[in-house]
Amino acid sequence: MSVAERIRGSLLSKPAEGAGGRTGTWRVYRPIVNYSKCTKCGICWLYCPENVIDWLEDKSVRINYDYCKGCGICADVCPVKAIDMVKEGVV
Amino acid sequence: MSSQVPLAKQVRKVLVGDHAVAEAVRLAKVNIVSAYPITPQTLIVERISEMIERGELRADYVRVESEFAALATVYGAAAGGARAFTATSSHGLFYMYEMLWWAAASRVPLVMAVVTRALGPPWNIHDEHTDILAMRDSGWIIGMAQNVQEAFDMTLTAFKISEDERVLLPVAVGLDGFILSHTAEPLDVPSQEDVDAWLPPRNPRIPYVIEPGGEAITMGNLPGNDVYHAILKKYMDESMESAKKVIAEVYDEYGKLTGRNYGPLTECYRCSDAKYLAVSMGAWSGDIMNAIDRLRNEGYSIGLLRIRYVRPFPEEDISGWINGMRGIIVFDRDYSAGMGGVLAGEINGLVPNNVSFEGVLAGLGGFDVSADEFKAIMRDFVDKTEREGLVRIRKYWYIPKIER
Ligand code: SF4
Ligand code: SF4
Repeated sequence: MSVAERIRGSLLSKPAEGAGGRTGTWRVYRPIVNYSKCTKCGICWLYCPENVIDWLEDKSVRINYDYCKGCGICADVCPVKAIDMVKEGVV
Repeated sequence: MSSQVPLAKQVRKVLVGDHAVAEAVRLAKVNIVSAYPITPQTLIVERISEMIERGELRADYVRVESEFAALATVYGAAAGGARAFTATSSHGLFYMYEMLWWAAASRVPLVMAVVTRALGPPWNIHDEHTDILAMRDSGWIIGMAQNVQEAFDMTLTAFKISEDERVLLPVAVGLDGFILSHTAEPLDVPSQEDVDAWLPPRNPRIPYVIEPGGEAITMGNLPGNDVYHAILKKYMDESMESAKKVIAEVYDEYGKLTGRNYGPLTECYRCSDAKYLAVSMGAWSGDIMNAIDRLRNEGYSIGLLRIRYVRPFPEEDISGWINGMRGIIVFDRDYSAGMGGVLAGEINGLVPNNVSFEGVLAGLGGFDVSADEFKAIMRDFVDKTEREGLVRIRKYWYIPKIER
């Protein structure tokens, strides 16, 4: 096996859900989508750095809280301010 | 350097070291350059930006806000398959420090010129090798040029070494701040056609390519098992070992092309019949050779082992040359606090207990050490060994008197 092949095999990984990326108990704020305001534009899905927002067939969005780290980027980019960052444990 | 008939048509130019590096970058047809200005590196990227502006080099030049961003930019470009170059010095290099490790462990081929310079405080823009030697554990291949011609040759060959499938490690080309970077010397420059034939464009798929719409991959992510970390370090070590062979091959071909043959990892001057060996790297090696010529005229049997590449560490070469010597004296223009000279520290372990050894710390912060001063230091070491037998001095601080 060439060096390049070995590097490819060990340095790179396929994006997938894995225990390594699972949010533990450390998330401080949780993004909550207000579906009455949401226009289904998909911008939060596009910007989420963790790729944990699903943009479903009907164009509605679902946040996977197992992997969401609570960075707040989705709330920040939402053009209609449909996402609130709520302190963990409050909701 | 032995001469042979070169295959390439070459043009003699007179350039300062920084411009010679820029010339090599132009001939290597680099795709992306990013850098932040820092003395004494600035001339390199200024000249490259002029080349791009005049259309002599078709590359993207990315202006960034810091050296961290400069290395991050070329790292990203190289991960996307581009041939990329950056340059830095001293504090700028340290500002990149985290990215040095990311670039090396991600195994992207990259070339960076490091124009060596002291680190403050006190504020100091003059030459010292401590900055480049602080890279030595990061996984970069590290060379140090002796003159302007070698700075050019080392830069051009660096692309070939870095992109070799058996290596895939970034390469740092060191040149002494001001002493080489700002001093004009004649050098021979091969034509674009000859360089093109010798250095084809980078294969963007090796080692991998990250591209929009391409296969979805993640890099630098949390691995499923922490043991991967150790596995990758072992791969890196194997690549460093095979780099020794690749460097030799690349210089062999380069020698056929240009008629300039280098060591390749080390070069020994007047060593074959020597009983004592001085060791150094970088520009002042020329002054040490000069001092050695004078000592030879006085009957002293001494040679100079010049380290061209500190990483991979040329352990076998060094041990081979040390074998049978009576004494080894290492000149360091760098200092590892609490330890001493970096080269002395690395070479010390290869010197048998019954051989004299002295590590000399000199030229720190850029003060000049003349051939006469080198001569006096080496003569004292040889005389002491001949007079007293075994001498073992790990740290000898050579500090000239100053007028206050
Ligand atoms: S808070 Fe951050 S990680 Fe969580 S869904 Fe929003 S953008 Fe993604
Ligand atoms: S960015 Fe806001 S409006 Fe757009 S889909 Fe997400 S939550 Fe809805």
